[in-house]
Amino acid sequence: MHEQSKEFELTAEEAAALDEIAGALGRFGQERGNLIPILQMVQERLSYLPPRAIELVASHLGMAPCEVYGVATFYNQFRFHPPGRYRIKVCLGTACHVKGGDIILENFERKLGIRDGETTPDREFSIERVACVGCCALAPVTVINETVHGHTAPSKVEGLLLGFQIERERKEREDKKHADGESQDH
Amino acid sequence: MPTGNPKTIDQAFKDLREEARTRWEELRQTPGPKFRLGLATCGIASGALNTKVALEETLAERGIMAQIRTVGCMGHCYAEPLLVVENPGFPPLLYHQVSPGKAKMIVRSFLEGGDPLFEHVLGAMEENDMIPWIMDFPRFSNEVRVITALCGVVDPEEISDYIALGGYAALARALESEPEDLIRAVEEAGLRGRGGAGFPTGKKWRLCAQAAGKRKVVICNADEGDPGAYMDRTLLESNPHQVLEGMAICARAVGARRGIVYVRAEYPLAVRLITTAVQQAEKLGLLGESILGGDFSFHVQVFRGSGAFVCGEETALLRSIEGKRGMPRHRPPFPVQEGLEGLPTVINNVKTLASVPPIVEKGPKWFRGVGTPRSPGTAVFSVVGDVVHPGLVEIPMGTTLRSLIFDVCGGIPRRKSFKAVQIGGPSGGCLPEDFLDTPIDFDSLVEAGAMMGSGGMVVMDEDACMVDVARYFLDFTQKESCGKCTFCRIGTRQILEILERMTRGEGREEDLGLLETLADVVRRGSLCGLGKTAPNPVLTSLRYFREEYEAHVREKRCPSGTCRALTAFYIDLDLCARGCDACVGCCPVEAIFTTLNRKKGIDQTLCVKCGECVAACPEEYNAVKKVSPPHLAPIVERPPVQET
Repeated sequence: MHEQSKEFELTAEEAAALDEIAGALGRFGQERGNLIPILQMVQERLSYLPPRAIELVASHLGMAPCEVYGVATFYNQFRFHPPGRYRIKVCLGTACHVKGGDIILENFERKLGIRDGETTPDREFSIERVACVGCCALAPVTVINETVHGHTAPSKVEGLLLGFQIERERKEREDKKHADGESQDH
Repeated sequence: MPTGNPKTIDQAFKDLREEARTRWEELRQTPGPKFRLGLATCGIASGALNTKVALEETLAERGIMAQIRTVGCMGHCYAEPLLVVENPGFPPLLYHQVSPGKAKMIVRSFLEGGDPLFEHVLGAMEENDMIPWIMDFPRFSNEVRVITALCGVVDPEEISDYIALGGYAALARALESEPEDLIRAVEEAGLRGRGGAGFPTGKKWRLCAQAAGKRKVVICNADEGDPGAYMDRTLLESNPHQVLEGMAICARAVGARRGIVYVRAEYPLAVRLITTAVQQAEKLGLLGESILGGDFSFHVQVFRGSGAFVCGEETALLRSIEGKRGMPRHRPPFPVQEGLEGLPTVINNVKTLASVPPIVEKGPKWFRGVGTPRSPGTAVFSVVGDVVHPGLVEIPMGTTLRSLIFDVCGGIPRRKSFKAVQIGGPSGGCLPEDFLDTPIDFDSLVEAGAMMGSGGMVVMDEDACMVDVARYFLDFTQKESCGKCTFCRIGTRQILEILERMTRGEGREEDLGLLETLADVVRRGSLCGLGKTAPNPVLTSLRYFREEYEAHVREKRCPSGTCRALTAFYIDLDLCARGCDACVGCCPVEAIFTTLNRKKGIDQTLCVKCGECVAACPEEYNAVKKVSPPHLAPIVERPPVQET
């Protein structure tokens, strides 16, 4: 799941965030016990752990990069490729499973043309399966970014994706209008 | 051990409590209507934040001065978002499923028009002669709340709420007692670890207190990884201070100065609230250096776990805090002898620690009065799945499964029949109807083949396939196996492959025996609880639902119609209504076509068996049918595309 054939290039913001991280590392001591909090900090800023960040962390703690990888890959929380702008997390806890969570996951996969653990090439969407988000009474549950959607059904999947599309198109239109308006002003 | 100046500790706490009570009274005495909205993760997931915005907007629009307090979770997840409305002249009323629209309606009709909208009221919070009291309903009256008593009452972000309602009094008392007395109280209360195994808490504390070395550590294990369990999360989100108070008492008893709350990173709200709680307690001198002015110091830090189920196992948890791969190690030495960084460490579950303040406050005898002699106290379960009233339930130990599922949680919805209940998550087992009269306590459940676990309970109706449920849990444990022990790493994989084969209809006759052999070796050849208990779901379902396994293997049939490779949907042409298009629009893969006489058919090669068409077909037709094995579905040919 972690290997992805092509490596995503760092965007300009990500490169800038990486510089910031190099500075922020100084706040942490060099004891091994800080490794997981540091990785969490890096992921909070970059939303994933690119190879260059792993190297930074390794040199700060005086560890081999492979050792840092060893720890990072052990835990499900850490990602090694960038998440989409919309992070779709499909809950597959017991209650969600009994209520057909895998059907929901399959629907997202089919609609977006990617598998779980992957990101669409335009970095708009990514799909993950999560063990349990703890809202079992609302099963099946899907979490998109920080919003929890309870009682998801295949038709709701379509509705959600359509909603994002409409929102994006509207934003594009507004941006265009805005840009046009500005050009007219000049 | 020196106990400091008793007068100062007592006085310092009394001052704090006085201040908190004054503030609480002021809140209570504020004139005008008051609202109390549940804002834990489950409430937010049901849209409580939108409800809050709508409520605030409507109140502002209408110029009504009202007080809105946000609290945690009351445990009634089926009715979220929950809103308590106190309107002068009426008893406080509990409204359920308060959507933004309903919130507006309540403001307009109830606050302005004086009509409480009875159809949306769940019950009154106090006994009165106008509206039924919530305690008249079994979902409320059968519960005994010790651990979750203040959940949904106090604001988790406001320490003074908790203090005003009696919080931290136990800590103040503990600071003036001898550590030995505290350990004895917990021993006498018979408190057993709520994390699953039920190890006597007092014994653990005593071992740690006796261990050599001056530096000791107390860890609160909130790495609640069982899918289907969320009691610890709710507790941390609704009343984090009770847990912190329990930790501090434990630290006082064993002589620890350092505490760590290990919370799953998947619970961002819980992480935020417990961190705030620690800061607030430190500010008031209830945690940190010289607590309440005495000479006892206890520093708590919050550590976010990073999503490895095995880290709920104590030795793996310790390694994870040390910045290593979370792999369990041999015991002995036990963590109470050599734990974090080699220091004696007590690791207790959230609910265990939350049980401590009431024990210190009300005494061991009172605690023994609840529950059974061998498992005193209460059990907190998150009951989910096919029940009418899912949610968090706290019941005295010894309550039967039947009473919990049918009396408290309202039984099985949609007139279906009960099939099994899964207790204890991936380590537990599935119990059939015959076991419904088993009392819920540590020993009886183990005897039945399940285990208490941390308290996740999934109820399944007749539509659940036990082979699929076993496959689901093995899929989980197989992915979460840390890979250290060969039997766990490879054995769970093999069991999973056999189960997957069965659900695909490729099971072989010898597979049943093979499963039993594998289950046995995995159990014996694994070091930690994960591997030792991983075969439980298979073993129990194989024992109690063998005929279902046999149907999968011999007849290639899934009796409940869950395994998708073994089922097919078809449309009964005698029932299908001419010209109705309800199912066509909902099919995600366009597998439904119109036949020549304008009825519908399903293209079996395209169908993904999601079941949307069953839900879409109007009840009066009910034309979509499901069969297993799939070859029983009648073949309906797609008509050739007509040239127009």
